[in-house]
Formats: sequence, structure tokens, C-alpha cells
Amino acid sequence: MSQKQYWKGLEELNNTAGQDVATNEFKEDLPFDLSGKLLDAATPRRDFLKYLGFSTAAAMLAASCEMPVRKVIPYAIKPEDIVPGVPNYYASTYADNGEYCAIVIKTRDGRPIKIEGNEKSSVTRGGTSARVQASILSLYDTARLRQPYAEGHEATFEAIDRKVMEGLAGAGQSYLLTGSLMSPTTREVINQFIAKYPGVKHIVYDPVSYSGMLLANEACYGKRALPSYHFDKAQTIFSLGADFLGTWLSPVEFAKQYSLGRKVSAKTPKMSKHYQVESIHTISGANADERAVCKPSETGAVAAALYYAVTTGATPSFASKKLNEVITKAAADLKKGNGLVVSGSNDVNVQTLVNAINDAIGANGTTVNWAVTSNYKQGVDADLVNLMNAMNAGQVGTVLIHGVNPVYEYYQGAKFADALKKVPLTVSFASHMDETAQHCKYVVPDHHYLESWGDAEPKTGYYSLMQPGIAPIFKTRAFQDSLMTWSGAGMSYAQYWNQYWMNKLGGQENLDRALQDGVIEPAGEMTMGGAGFSGNAAVAITALQARKMASAQKELVVYEKVSMGRGAWMSNNPWLQEMPDPITKATWDNYVCVSPKTAYDLGAELTSITEVDNKKHVLKIAANGATVELPIVVVPGMHNEVIAVALGYGRTEKVGRAAANTGKNAYPFLAWNGTTFDNYAAANIEKSGSFYDVAITQTHHSYEGRPIIHEYTLEEFSKNPNHLVEERVKELGHYAALPWLEHGAKEESADIASTDVKVPATDKLEEGFREHGTLYPNFESPGIHWGMSIDLTSCIGCGACVIGCQAENNISVVGKTHVLKAQEMHWMRIDRYFSGMPNDPDTIQTVFQPMLCQHCDNAPCENVCPVAATPHTSEGLNMMTYNRCIGTKYCANNCPYKVRHFNWMDWNGADCFDDNLYEDGRRDDMNDDLTRMVLNPDVTVRSRGVMEKCTFCVQRLQDAKLTAKRENRPLMDGEARTACQQACPTDAIQFGNVNDRNSQIFKLRSAEQLERKFYVLEQIHTLPNINYLSLVRNTDQIAAAAVEVNGEMLPVNDSLQVNHI
Amino acid sequence: MFRKIAQSIFTLIIALLFCNFSAVAQDGKALFMSNCASCHNPLKDATGPALQGVSGHAHGMDWIHKWVKNPSAVIATGDPHAKELVDKYKVVMTAFPALSDADIDAIIKYVDEYKAPTEDNGAGPAGAPQAATDSSGWLYTFITLVLVALMIVLWRANYGLRRVANEKEGLPNEKEIPFYRNKVFIAIAVILVFIFSGYWLVNGAIELGRQQNYQPEQPIFYSHKVHAGVNQINCLYCHAGAEKSRHAMVPSPNICMNCHKQINEYTGKEKLVTAEGKEVNGTEEIQKLYKYAGWDPEKKEYIRDANGNIVAHPIAWTKIHNLPDHVYFNHSQHVKVGKVQCQRCHGDIQNMDEVYQFAPLSMGWCVNCHRQTKVQFADNKYYSIFEKYHEEMKAGKRTDVTVQDIGGTECMKCHY
Repeated sequence: MSQKQYWKGLEELNNTAGQDVATNEFKEDLPFDLSGKLLDAATPRRDFLKYLGFSTAAAMLAASCEMPVRKVIPYAIKPEDIVPGVPNYYASTYADNGEYCAIVIKTRDGRPIKIEGNEKSSVTRGGTSARVQASILSLYDTARLRQPYAEGHEATFEAIDRKVMEGLAGAGQSYLLTGSLMSPTTREVINQFIAKYPGVKHIVYDPVSYSGMLLANEACYGKRALPSYHFDKAQTIFSLGADFLGTWLSPVEFAKQYSLGRKVSAKTPKMSKHYQVESIHTISGANADERAVCKPSETGAVAAALYYAVTTGATPSFASKKLNEVITKAAADLKKGNGLVVSGSNDVNVQTLVNAINDAIGANGTTVNWAVTSNYKQGVDADLVNLMNAMNAGQVGTVLIHGVNPVYEYYQGAKFADALKKVPLTVSFASHMDETAQHCKYVVPDHHYLESWGDAEPKTGYYSLMQPGIAPIFKTRAFQDSLMTWSGAGMSYAQYWNQYWMNKLGGQENLDRALQDGVIEPAGEMTMGGAGFSGNAAVAITALQARKMASAQKELVVYEKVSMGRGAWMSNNPWLQEMPDPITKATWDNYVCVSPKTAYDLGAELTSITEVDNKKHVLKIAANGATVELPIVVVPGMHNEVIAVALGYGRTEKVGRAAANTGKNAYPFLAWNGTTFDNYAAANIEKSGSFYDVAITQTHHSYEGRPIIHEYTLEEFSKNPNHLVEERVKELGHYAALPWLEHGAKEESADIASTDVKVPATDKLEEGFREHGTLYPNFESPGIHWGMSIDLTSCIGCGACVIGCQAENNISVVGKTHVLKAQEMHWMRIDRYFSGMPNDPDTIQTVFQPMLCQHCDNAPCENVCPVAATPHTSEGLNMMTYNRCIGTKYCANNCPYKVRHFNWMDWNGADCFDDNLYEDGRRDDMNDDLTRMVLNPDVTVRSRGVMEKCTFCVQRLQDAKLTAKRENRPLMDGEARTACQQACPTDAIQFGNVNDRNSQIFKLRSAEQLERKFYVLEQIHTLPNINYLSLVRNTDQIAAAAVEVNGEMLPVNDSLQVNHI
Repeated sequence: MFRKIAQSIFTLIIALLFCNFSAVAQDGKALFMSNCASCHNPLKDATGPALQGVSGHAHGMDWIHKWVKNPSAVIATGDPHAKELVDKYKVVMTAFPALSDADIDAIIKYVDEYKAPTEDNGAGPAGAPQAATDSSGWLYTFITLVLVALMIVLWRANYGLRRVANEKEGLPNEKEIPFYRNKVFIAIAVILVFIFSGYWLVNGAIELGRQQNYQPEQPIFYSHKVHAGVNQINCLYCHAGAEKSRHAMVPSPNICMNCHKQINEYTGKEKLVTAEGKEVNGTEEIQKLYKYAGWDPEKKEYIRDANGNIVAHPIAWTKIHNLPDHVYFNHSQHVKVGKVQCQRCHGDIQNMDEVYQFAPLSMGWCVNCHRQTKVQFADNKYYSIFEKYHEEMKAGKRTDVTVQDIGGTECMKCHY
């Protein structure tokens, strides 16, 4: 409920001294010498004036002499389907090592500039993820290989082809090592290649392995495959450490399904119930209704306990009360039917138990679909280990490596590199000179997926076509083309692809239609089917009990970040590097996540367990035979005995500037257990005594503790859905009927202010407050009035909107140095608030709130601008006119939502002076002419010294209006969509014209979600055009109250005794 | 002075009226010029056949109507004449579904009555009578200067005489202070210099980055007068983006070649002269185009490389109309939706041999137009959502809706 206390970090909860820093405009002391005589200061006034005069004169000289002569160069021969200035859209497919998303590529004048989800796909249903959004930037990655290499030198394809074909025909076993492939034509090409060279063995390897699941499914159901999951059909979801909303298997698909089962309103107060038991804090855990933590080594025991609770009704007996409670409750709910249990464990036995539970609760055929299997992951870990042994034994003649990077991604990368040296012929198809390519004789770079023909079969029978949005930028060659050349196919892959699909679809017309749609899917609902379970739970439990963890201080979990995933191309993507992690809000680095208690026990003093201070203690971790040093980041909600490190960092310099020299590689911590790789290991930790800066964004924009989130349990909400309306009436009701107003004011006031509120009264409430809450005249919107609604229940905090916004609006990357100074530019941020007791991870509940310019109709920023650079439009937009702004920053100071961002530097070369361009190393590729091709030509690139903020994607609104005008018709609802709305995989964001009474947004605000609607800081009469819908959690337990701690700090120790209140 | 202004305003109004008139009237000639002339000549075979006498064709006018509106459909019926045409000319004619039967008849009528231009009727209207050179301004300036000089001389003489007189009368003479030490003079001079330099600076600053009347030399002497003026080719034929896109689009050489495959010499009566007064050989300019377009004028075919691609090069025109990067301007909004004539911003383009920037393209100029221009309020259904204005119009409180009324002067309409 509303009295629940939220905190962004421990310092806010404890209100410690460090907190003051967050409220200041500048995080550091300013370089002004206020003591002593001014003339003795570093920059005396006279010098200042001299420089000022000189620079003004110089600028005038430089600027006023001549206008540059510009050229306008039309096509030599204009392609018929391109109209300069009008975007073309091509349906395609994002397929990256088993990660799938159906997409639409937006191209302008022949270059891809934005990626949207393809709504025709029944798998991803128009959703995207941050990684899919950011993949457009990787097309223009300057570190991409620009030609083939032979033994480190530039070479031609012909020369390499000759050598490779000789080698393939030579002695020794040949191996083709790839990531999980979903493409049917690529599989065919590989088959033909193997037919030509019969000795070749094809090995599939997933850096983040799912072989535990695959092997368990093979044992239980006779198929080495993954089923389709239906989170939308599940009433009860139990996730044992699977971050299915963030990183597990197919998060875009699952997020969409998950949100469909959780669209709650006063009329239908029903939603699925989500239990999460995990060791670290993931976004799935943050969204869970009930959450408990366990050690990763206990995962098997938890699975077993749940199995017994479901089958025999046995009560679990863990030391943690909350864990027992969650398992018992979940078992009861799961037994009611429509349950779904998933696990992120890579242990065959755990997955066998999960299968057994799913079978016991009848999930097979209802929420787990074996009729349509998924092809996301196919790798089995043992194959790679065997390859490694074979290489070491000198039995291998050739290794061709595509899509994976074992020297970096294998737990013994250095040993793999050594083994590679014993192989006579090694070929990499990597797009970057990655760690493996550096050790390969030949590098034949593959196209970027936006330059490629291709296809994917994410689920059996569900196809998705890939077509290029641009011709290959560099001298690269499709992986399939290389194989076909070597197998002497006599045609190109594009031709083969065309032939394959022409045959399959029966003619050009069908192929054209399929290309336009992007997907080929069976009509109607997906067929459902179960499978006969033949696994042995008892054996699995015995095996799990036999496993013993080496005794150590802590257990270390290796996890994937939502942004960075397994590493690969993501490592060198500045957008993803600077995307704040949903939970830690940290950018540009990896670090050790520790619980507040662990930090305290380590003797990390206040300044470095809080987020306000950048300086973090560095921890020395020894696990699995590897030792690294990483800074700590305190994450409430982590198990107290667990620490966690993310994958994807610690890359070599050749991978790219953004990837280089940051963080540490966590793959060495993946432990080989004889069957699969475990994603946890026993670890010993030690404070190294040094410090390291980690750039964390959450504390950058402070609300000073004002209430901005409303949260209810489902029970409360269904009992009294009008609670929020009542609160709003209490606060604002008197404005609706002021005593001096005419027309029977008294009756109305009685009506509205009475405690048993009639819902329709909110209309008058808002209208009255709008008119009478201010001295200013009311602002009219005669035509369109734009409005946005954000559903806090649907928002899972994944950050797809943040990157979607960045891609659409040319938002600058500022680099770690400036994130440290709180100067990041994201127009949209997702605020993360914790509640509960920091030292008890079971009590932690986490809330996400997307925050962007609220486009206030009575905007505080507008009134204070001395040059009227930020006025209001008749459509309700709060404008920001860059060319008028002189950079006083008054507006940012006066903005109660802290959504304005100032260009402290010239991030993109928008200024006419080259010397102004800001350079710091890791972000500099953003200034490269190649990378700048990603810029949206409809949005101004902002120069140094101006303020900027969300525009509601005004370029899209203008475009939609213009299309309507050209077609001589009114604007249709849903025609104008913002980038964040389109990127969102859970449809948490709705947008439209509020003046249109038939629009979705009007209906939502006035009827469908009237009860959940609230405006942030409504009482200060800013009249925001963005409303939020209250968060509803399907739990009977009121969120834990925050602990009152008046001591100096250390709520950790004090409140240790408090436990549950 | 006033006469000159009045004269130019009058000429402008006449010119504007003339443009509007010629753009609206749908006579046979105009229709032919805007729709057919790029491929057809009345007398000679071009991309398509010569059209004179086509009305006497055995198939009759009905066939022609059908053919013009949808040639592909006629070909699909297996019509032998249609097949013959396709075989002969190797291209299928563009369909003109928008032309009515009456329009087609008007075109045919014009084509039938067309006569090859002779020396006499090619003379055209004489150039506008040159305004008498206005030397009176200079005269006035000269007289003023002479008078001022006279005044100074007289004042000095007077001053000298008075001193002499004073000396004679024994009165003390003030010590003469040279004018550059005279404080009053210095004060006045400083104020004047401040005012004038301020005025000059501010004006200069405002003019920074503006280039009204900019008229650069182009790689090919392309005359809008010959194309849009004399030959009446529709602006949108070449600038096809103007109705679809933010860019009006400079045509690529292959669009030029639609006509210039046939038209390989300049036969116009008027001489082509550059702004500097140099005479230009039109035929040579067309040869330049062939080089860019990769066209072999001898063999009458495109030069192709080994892969069969035409060896064409883009033409690097010098951009005349430049807007700052922070301005968003969309041609289709103005041309298609606002129905603004091209000439309103680009000036008398059909009479420009070499194009110059007619309008200042300053923000004040944009905003003034947005304040005065009425939107197509009743005609375009998009504006139906402005209920308030519709009601006011019904009630007679309002006669029109300007661009400003619907938010056309808000910053974020052009700056984002």
C-alpha cells in the first residue's frame, strides 16, 4: 500500500551523509576558488574576460567569413523503390545463437536505422529486447572485420579457399563448431558440406549452456529438444532461478506471454501468480509475487522439496522460513492446475525433477507444449570437451568455428587456445577479431545479420525469413557461402535460399508475400500436446543428494546481464555498455554483486556499500581455479551466502574500443561437473584493499523521498479497487467544487468529497483541479492532445524501451567518465526501488518505474526558461527547441521529475568546431562516420551546451499526422506510436490522442483502468500527460515495512535481529 | 523610387496570376505538356510514336481512351495493334487513369492542330520593357553632398570672419579647439559610430548563414526556363518527391534521359546566357548529360559494364536552398497538403535560366507565411477533429483557419 517505504539504495533508506551528494546538482566540488582574493585564483577575472573577448572575436572570424558550398547529389540511376526521405521497411529476423526475434528493419535512403518488432509473428508478437534494439548499432561497428585474414595478414577469399579446400581433403578429423542454429537452409548447407567431406563432424555449443535441459528432456521424453512454454496460459508460475523475463531462453516471447496473464483491472481482478526462488536478484525475481532465496547448491534440494510437496504433500524443512512457505504455497497452487515450473539450472538432475513436477501437475499439454518444440538451444557441453581432448591428442586436422568464441567462452580458454595451435587448419567466421579468431589461421568474416539472407525456425513448423536491409558494407562473405564454395556447390547461398523457399512455398508470389510478412506460420492457435514422462525422479534426487559442494566462504553465481548476455558482439556495443542494468543500475563494467550483509561482514565501510559514492571496494575472488579482482556492488535481495559475476566482460582490445579494458571474464568460473557446465562454483573472497569506480545511475535523479508509486496486493485491490481514487479525491477533491463556483457547487462538492466515492467523479476531479488548482489560464488543445499511460504491473524493467528510445532519438553515449558525473543522456530511464529489509533478502520487493518527460500541461520547466526555449504546444507536448536553448539549466533544476539532460560536451560532432568533440576512449566510435550512419535523419543531433529530453517522439507524431493529411482522412488511433511503446515486449506503454473519445488511451483513462490510474506528483499541479497504473502484486503478504534505523549506518547488523516484522 | 516599387509589385502580381492561371487551366496543350511530352512528339517518333493524325486511326477514339487509361489491360486482351506498338517501341506506356475522356480528346485535338514552330511564332513575347534607369537617386545624393560641403565651407568662413571681427574689436577670442578634441563632437561621433556599427553588426549577424539571391554555377547549364517555362514540363515530373517526401528530390540522370534519348540538341530560339553574360551552347550541355548518364549518343544506347550495369555517374549539383540542420522542412506537407505553388517559395522559376534563391528562407519569412496562410480546412478531412473551429465557423464567428491557429508557429513543428 501507499505507506510502504521505497528506497533506491541503502544510503537513502538510512539517510546517511552520503545521501546529500545525490541532491546536489554537481556531484563533485566545483573548481572555483571562493577563498582568498579572486585575482590569486586559478582563473582570475581579468584573464577570464581576456579569454572571453578573444574567443568571441575568433568565433566571429571563423563563423562569418563564408558559407560553405554544399552539394546535392542525386542517384546516378535511382532505384524505383527508394524515395529519398521516405523510409522503407523490410521484415526480417534477428537470430543470434538461438536468441530469436521477428523484426522489421527501417531503412532510410538505403541504410538501416531502426529495428522494430514484427507483429505478424505469433512467437515474439511484436516485442523486442534491448539487445535486439541495439543490434542495429553493431552493423556500423568500426571494429568489424573488413576483409578476410590469413595468418594475421589481409588476404583474398580465393587464396583462403584454396588453402582450406586442401586442408579439408588432408589428414585428421575435421570439425565444424557452431552455436545453436535455427536456420533450416543453413542446416541443409551444412549437410551438403558434410556430404562432400564425409569426415566432418558438426558440433553445436552454447556458451551459456542449456544442455542440462536438453539431456533431461531426452531422458524423460525421448527427445533432445525444448518444449514451447505458455506463460500466458499458466495460473501459477514457479521459476527456480530461471530469469525468463530477462535472459532465459527466449525472454521476448516469455515477457509477452507473461504480461498477457497479468493484465489486471477492476473489472477482472485476476492475474497469474509468480513464485521465484533464486540465488541472485534477477528481473524475474523483481517481478515475482512471492520470492525466496536459496543457495545455488540448494537448487536441487528445492526442486526435490517442491517435487515432494506436489506429489506427497510433504512440508519442506529448509532453514529459511520464507523458502519453506513459498514452496508449500506454490505446491498448493500448482496442484490447482495450469501450473508451470521452469528452472535455470544446467544440472540434468534438477531439470529431470522439474520435468517430473511439470508432469505431476499436468503441465504437459497445457503450459508446456511438446507438440511444437523450440529450436533455440541445441548444444551439448560434452561435445566441446571431447573436441578439446581430441585437439590435445593431435587427432584433429581441421576446425571451422562459426558463431562461438571458445577461447573466451570456454572455462579453460587459454587451454583451448593452446589446443587450437595443434590443429593444422583453423578457420574462424567471426565478425570481429575476437579471442578465438586471433588464434585461428584463417578468418573469413561473416556478414552482419542485417546484410544477410537467411531464415530461422524458432519452433518446429514456425518459420521466419531473414532478408538484408543493406548490401554488405565490407568485404565479408556469408558463412553459408563459404561452406558452399568449399563444397563446390556452384551457386551462391542467396540463390540456394531462393530455390529452397520457392520450392517450399510454391512460387514467386508466395515467396514475395512471405518475405513481406517475414514469417510463415501455421494458421490458427498453436497446437498443444503433452508427452509421456519416463524420467526417474528418485534417481535424480539421489544423484543430487550425492553432490557435495566444496566448502568455501561463498557460492559464486555466474549470470548473464540483460544487456550484455554472453558477450560476443554485445561487448562492443556502446548503447548496451551504457544501458543501466535493471537491478544494479550500473553501466560499463562487471562487478561482484554482494548482499548488504556480505558487504558489511567484509568490513566495507559506508562510502563503498552505497551507490552514491562511485568508489567501490575491490574484492579478490578465487573459484574454480581462477582468481580475479572485481569491485563490489551491493544488491539487496541477493542471498547472503552468494556472490555473483556477470558474463561478457574482460574482452581483448581487438574486439573493439567499447569492449576493451573493462571488467573481468567470468567464464572461467563455469565449472565442468562431468556432464554439463555448472553456472556456480565455491568461492573464497578477500578484500584487496584497493578501490575502483563503478558508474551507477540510480541515485542521479533524486525525488527527495516524495511518494510516486502506488502498490496494492491483489487482495486489497479486488476488495477495494477504488482506494486510489479515494486517496486522490481526498487530496484534490475540494478543487472540483470550490464554494465560490456557480451551478450548485454544494451538491457537487458533497458528491465528490463524500467518502463513498462514485467512480465517475474522477472526471470532474481532474477537470476541477486542472482549472482551479492554478492562477494561470487553462491551456487549450483544439485538435489533438497526446497522452501516455504506463502500466507498472506490466513493466518488467527489461530496458528495451531505453535502447529503443536511444536508437530513435540519436541519444548520445557519454562514456563511463561522464556517467560517473551523473551526465548520462538517456531520455527514458527505468527507476528501480526496493522495499523491505536490506539484510533479509527474502523480504526485498522491487519495483520498476519508467520515467521520462511527463509533458506537463502546467510545466514548471517552461516558466523558468529565460529565452522561451521550452514552451508548450497546443497538442500537449512540452517542446524543447535546441537552437534556442542557451543552456542555463534552470529548467532541469525546476523539473520535479528530473528528466532533463544537459549536453555537457559535444558527444556526436554536432558542433562546427572539430576540437570540441569529446573523446575518452571507450565511447569514441560513436563519433566515427561509419557509426554515425545509425543516426535518425529526422532528429536533430544536439550540440554542446543545450538541454534535451523526451519529445514523445514528435517526429513520429508529425509523420503520422502528415500521412493522414496526405490521405485526406482523420488520424487513426494507434497510428502514431512512440519508440518506447513499440519496443516494449509487454505492452506496458499505451499512447494516443486523449481528445479522441474512441481512442484506446481515452477509454483506458476514463473507464477500463480508471481505478488504477494515477499521476506522479499530481498534487503539485503539473498536470502531466503521462499517467501510471498502480502496481498490483498477486500476494497476500503486504510488502515488508522498511526498517527504521537511527544509528549511524549499518541497518544490516541492527536489523539482523529484527527479521520479519 | 515609388514608381519602381509599384512597377515591380505590379509585375509580380501579373506573374503570379499568370502562373496560377497556367497551372489551373486544363487545355489540351497544358495536358499534353505535363503528361505526354516527355515521351511523345506530335510530329516525330520518340519514346512513343508521333501522335498527329492518331485520331484518324482505324481503331477509333474509344480504343485510344482505353489505351491511355490502362495500356497493360489493352495488351492483355491480345489486341494486335497494341502488340505491334509494344514490339516496335519496346516499352509499355505509362497508364494515366486520372485523365478523363474529355481530357484525352483535348490532347488529341491539340496534337492534330499542332504545327511545327516556324521562325515567326517562335519569336515569343518581347522581353518586358526595361525600366528607365533610375539615376535620380544618385543625383539627390550628389546634391546633398554638395550642399553639406557648402554648409561646412560657409560655417568655417563665418567662423573665421567672426574671429577676425572679434580681433578687430579687441574682444578676446576663445582658443580654438580642433574638432577632434571637441568633447561634444567626440560624444556625438561615438554615439553615431555605436549606433551604426551596432545596426550593421546586428543586421550582419541576422544575415549570417542566409544566402538570398545565391546563384552558383552548376556542372551542367540546366535551364528551368527552357524546361518548365518554354516547354511547360510539370515540376513534379522531375521533382517527383515533392508530393511524397520531405525532399523534392533532384532528378537522377536516368529521369533526364526519359526525354533526352530523343532530344539531343538544343533548338530553342532564345540564346542561353549565363549570369555573367557568357553564351552557352545548349547542345553541348546535353552532351555533358550523356556523359553522366552513360549514354552513347552515336549508338543510341547505354554504355554497360561487364555485368550489364549502366556506367552512369551522379551529377554533383551545387545546393542552392540550404536550411540549417535543426530545421525540419517537408515538401509534401506544403505541396500536397497545403497546395502551395512552387513559385511561392522558389520564385519565378519558369523564367530562370540559372536558378537563384528567391526567398530569404529565414525563420521570420516562414513564420509570416504560417501566420497568414489558410489551411485547407474544409477540404481535408484530417481537420475534422478540430471540432471547436468547425463550430465557430458554423456560428459565423470565424471565416478561416490559418496555419498558426492549428499550431503552425509552435517551435516543435519545425525544430526537433
